[in-house]
Amino acid sequence: MTLEVKLTVNGVEHSAQVEARTLLAELLRDHLKLTGTHVGCDTTQCGCCVVHLDGKAIKSCTILAVQARGKAVTTIEGLAQPDGTLHPMQEAFREHHGLQCGFCTPGMVMMGVDIARRNPGADEELIRHQLEGNICRCTGYQGIVEAILSVANPGAVKGHH
Amino acid sequence: MRDFDYHLAADVEAALEQLRASEDGKLIAGGMTLLPTLKQNLAAPTDLIDLNGIAALRGIALDGNVLTIKAMTIHADVGASDVVRKAIPALATLAGGIGDPAVRHRGTIGGSIANSDPAADYPGAVVGLGATIVTDRREISGDDFFLGLFETALEPDEIITAVRFPVPDQAHYIKFRHPASGYAVAGVMVSRTKGKVRVGVTGAGPCAFRASDFEAALEQDFSPQAIASIEISADGLNSDISSSAEYRANLVQVLARRCVTALI
Repeated sequence: MTLEVKLTVNGVEHSAQVEARTLLAELLRDHLKLTGTHVGCDTTQCGCCVVHLDGKAIKSCTILAVQARGKAVTTIEGLAQPDGTLHPMQEAFREHHGLQCGFCTPGMVMMGVDIARRNPGADEELIRHQLEGNICRCTGYQGIVEAILSVANPGAVKGHH
Repeated sequence: MRDFDYHLAADVEAALEQLRASEDGKLIAGGMTLLPTLKQNLAAPTDLIDLNGIAALRGIALDGNVLTIKAMTIHADVGASDVVRKAIPALATLAGGIGDPAVRHRGTIGGSIANSDPAADYPGAVVGLGATIVTDRREISGDDFFLGLFETALEPDEIITAVRFPVPDQAHYIKFRHPASGYAVAGVMVSRTKGKVRVGVTGAGPCAFRASDFEAALEQDFSPQAIASIEISADGLNSDISSSAEYRANLVQVLARRCVTALI
């Protein structure tokens, strides 16, 4: 079954013809060529594909593209300002060296924004729990947690770097 | 994943009609189990009927001593709800501990219960709190709802609309999380209402069940010692690569005692 899906991605309206079985991650990457959203495990575990759907972090490999019809999606490409100024969470990942190979980074940053939004003043333990659906195969969690902590709770960062 | 026809249902009645009109249709709620199942071709429905467009199936309300959570309410909303936190804090804790934050933004209470995954959290709350499952056509006692592995009392074309939880005097839920998946290796919900005790167990057996020997002993003496010598039989419990049935039987014992300790 082929369907027309109209949705807003990073503030821009898009329309695409997709099969019913097309995943949101596939719509973003294959149809809209927004390849910043990564697909790691494709089994709802690794979190590399996290985007925001109407402001909430979701795994774009585990939702149909048609289920985003009429909704607003934000991907990693939509975080920075048009002039290239980084989003505070992106800036924090740079500042705290919150990445190694970079594969999990888009999902980590998108989840980080969501965690900071929902948990202002969060401590390190809470952030670590909240990151349980995002896997970094480089195991570089220390910098990732510090980066998110620095945005959610600026006073709490010890600053290893 | 095989392709299918997609239908966005406007209301429960329309969803039922679409389901009956399809050759082998399936309802999709949060899709947190169904979509991975489709990806593996473990199911290949001809039609998917999406319940996400039915606003009447979302919401949380406390009416007297009954907390009603509508079927399409996501775990994140139950976990963060002031109403739930005040009425049954153990239920908010349970919902806030399902999967991960992204899963909690999609997964729903109705979907979780209809699936009857042996390692899911909500079934433990349904039996441990004595909930009632409300469907498009009837009310089903939580005690009669879970029949086996992925099997419930629902008819093939029946839709859960809400779950009603009587507010207990006290309740506590503890799960032993599988460290990789977050699913319950075993989970226990203990509740007390006017001297009556319920002990709901999930993760350990083919589906959620009540530990009635524990309940009887705890009604006589609500203390961890009261159940310390009562063994849960490992017969029929789940055994897998991470945990044997004997291990799970012991875990249920330990978790039940910890729940009781937390409540006294």
